[in-house]
Amino acid sequence: MPDVFPPDTVRCDACPVLCYIKRGHAGACDRYANLEGQLVRVDPHILLDRAKSQGTPLVPFLERQGDWDGKIMKGQETFVTAIGAGTTYPDYKPAPFIVSSEVEGVDIVTVVTEGIFSYCGVKLKIDTDRYLGPERNLVRAQGELVGHVTTAEYGSQMLSLGGVHHLTGGSKSEGRVTCETLLDLCNGKEVELTIDDGASVRVAAGKPPVVNGKREERMRVGCGSATIGMFAKQWFGKVDDVVVVDDHITGVLSEHQAGKLLGVRETGIAIQGRRSTPGRYFQVAEPGTGWGGTNISDPLTILKPFKTKFAWPHLRLLMVSTTGEQFAYYELDEALRPVEKALPEALKESVGRIRENCEPALTTVLFMGGAGGSLRAGVTENPVRLTDSVKRRLTRVTCGGAPAYIWPGGGITFMVDVTRMPENAFGYVPTPALVAPIEFTLKREDYGLLGGHVDYVRPLADVLKEKERQRQLVSHAQNPWPLKPHIGSGES
Amino acid sequence: MRDPALIRMLPDGHRLHLHDGPIDLIIEANGAPRAVSAAYEAAARRFVSILDELCSELPLLRTRALANSERPRGAVAQHMFAAVEPYCEDCFITPMAAVAGSVAEAILESMTVAATLERAYVNNGGDIALYLADSQCYKIGMVERPDRPSLFGSLEISAADPVRGIATSGWRGRSFSLGIADAVTVLADSASAADAAATIIANAVNLPNHSGVTRISAREISPDTDLGDLLVTRGVELLSDSEIAAALDSGARVAETLRAQGLIHSSALCLQGHTRVVSPLLAQISIESSPRSLLHA
Repeated sequence: MPDVFPPDTVRCDACPVLCYIKRGHAGACDRYANLEGQLVRVDPHILLDRAKSQGTPLVPFLERQGDWDGKIMKGQETFVTAIGAGTTYPDYKPAPFIVSSEVEGVDIVTVVTEGIFSYCGVKLKIDTDRYLGPERNLVRAQGELVGHVTTAEYGSQMLSLGGVHHLTGGSKSEGRVTCETLLDLCNGKEVELTIDDGASVRVAAGKPPVVNGKREERMRVGCGSATIGMFAKQWFGKVDDVVVVDDHITGVLSEHQAGKLLGVRETGIAIQGRRSTPGRYFQVAEPGTGWGGTNISDPLTILKPFKTKFAWPHLRLLMVSTTGEQFAYYELDEALRPVEKALPEALKESVGRIRENCEPALTTVLFMGGAGGSLRAGVTENPVRLTDSVKRRLTRVTCGGAPAYIWPGGGITFMVDVTRMPENAFGYVPTPALVAPIEFTLKREDYGLLGGHVDYVRPLADVLKEKERQRQLVSHAQNPWPLKPHIGSGES
Repeated sequence: MRDPALIRMLPDGHRLHLHDGPIDLIIEANGAPRAVSAAYEAAARRFVSILDELCSELPLLRTRALANSERPRGAVAQHMFAAVEPYCEDCFITPMAAVAGSVAEAILESMTVAATLERAYVNNGGDIALYLADSQCYKIGMVERPDRPSLFGSLEISAADPVRGIATSGWRGRSFSLGIADAVTVLADSASAADAAATIIANAVNLPNHSGVTRISAREISPDTDLGDLLVTRGVELLSDSEIAAALDSGARVAETLRAQGLIHSSALCLQGHTRVVSPLLAQISIESSPRSLLHA
């Protein structure tokens, strides 16, 4: 056996194997792991523990040495998720089950199942000003078709990945790669995607996108023109002209409507590129990773010589990008050439405010699936009544405890933000299709009325007794508690 | 602090769940109710000491087996050694390669000695020991990728078949693999023999020096592994059909050799969605895709 271990190696004493476990790894049992240098239990079936405090999401199992504090037995403080509920291997996980608990005097039933979704996909919102590729073009992973480019939204590009046609309508390997891509994205892993005639992106839910190898930091505050509109008042009187450099629309204060309204004097500034309307310029440079999504590193390259008829010596000029990450301050010399100077105190605040108003650039992943067919039959003998009950908001739908948005119209087609679900909540079957947790929570009385399998309802306390294969998590701070008692009261 | 061994019935009231450290057994016996409870009691009695027995000679069991090696003393450990012995001169193998199957086998034996059963299985995380009285049979589901649980096929084993052990190995599973198979399932006379053979065949499904395969020293991942500095598979890029065929060919040749030597009966080799079956017994495997307790949305 080796004598020297890396720091943070933990020796597990839960059994006589006495594994040495490196940070980030699990022991031979796969049940104890080294998380950040601490020995923790990691068991498959996930319970969400309602906690007021926003703790670390993974908590050590409470059962050891009989120090069970009884807290969880209060019932309504614990919600059983579907994660790990319905898989068959290894053989010790329970089949989908139906759990009852009492919440403020009302009997509540939660039907917990893991569904196989052949009709499913993800919608990606990638916060970036960079051009990812033409709308409708194909998106590939590992060379296989997995989706397409859809609309550009404010400060972001949407991609639609998966769907039944890629999962089961194409070649075997297209289906497999699509399934793997969706699974990884839903489980928060990074995926590399390429867009035909466009960019290559590395994306992971809740993380900044990496476009052509460059990590996005911040969303721009607006296009160059919008930035002029937002900050014109703050600049007025402190500087004679401002250019907000942007690959989309570069804005110029003295020509812009906002400047005109304030009475900003004409400065004789001249900009490269195609003028759209006064003070707004397209194509001042090529797209790139420089100032404001252009390829420039020296902003003066987009200026033509000042018009001598209007410009004057000592004219003060601010150039800034749409994220405030780049800025430069100039004054014209006697020959009307800009000379860079230190940014005056009076302008620092406005540049800082542009930065402050730029939100972090993220990739967001919404899983979208349709719960029809036999999944509903696992809940009730009369499946359409479940749909009806969901539509009437008598039944709340959650995925791993995260709230699901239900699309209007027929069927139970839902979307959920995967970052609000516990880690690794998704699985797959080689059909190929995704396996996702889904829970239906409703009043016991309503459950009986819609033809539910009331004979299979088990009290929560019973389920909790099977501690051996359960894992407790603190519920996501932004999620409404799934058992909040307004179920069935008709409000949303 | 040591956790006590867990002995309990699963909520279905039929299956016994035994858990201690890395050993996790699901057991089911069929027969007269009294026989079943006697068998379960015997299994539990045998179980409580088994991990300590193995750990008492752990350093030896983690050492490469050779023809002239010191033999372990424990009964289970001896089964482990016997299961890997046929391979020990040709390649690096330690008795640990057969630990799961050997434990399953030992527990099953304690049950069949204690009671007359119709049939029984002991499932140790996918390595399974079977008992079948006359005319009994089991339907077995197979898993393609142990890290993403799902069934890809099934087969039936009846009392007339010689198979009493099933094991699955692959780089995505709990144990390390030197090969790139997602899963190799082996049917053999006993669970310990199947366990050792699955390891050997999974190691042989390989593309040596392929740049798309990430290999890491086993010690880098698990400081006290029995594999020391051997390179174990941690990632396999998407392979072309011809590469998949070449890797499966290499594994299938080994599987065929083991079959000819009588060490195994059958084997199913899975790699990136492709499956190769060695031996006629498995010809009845039906490749399907609907795990039983999941519901189609």
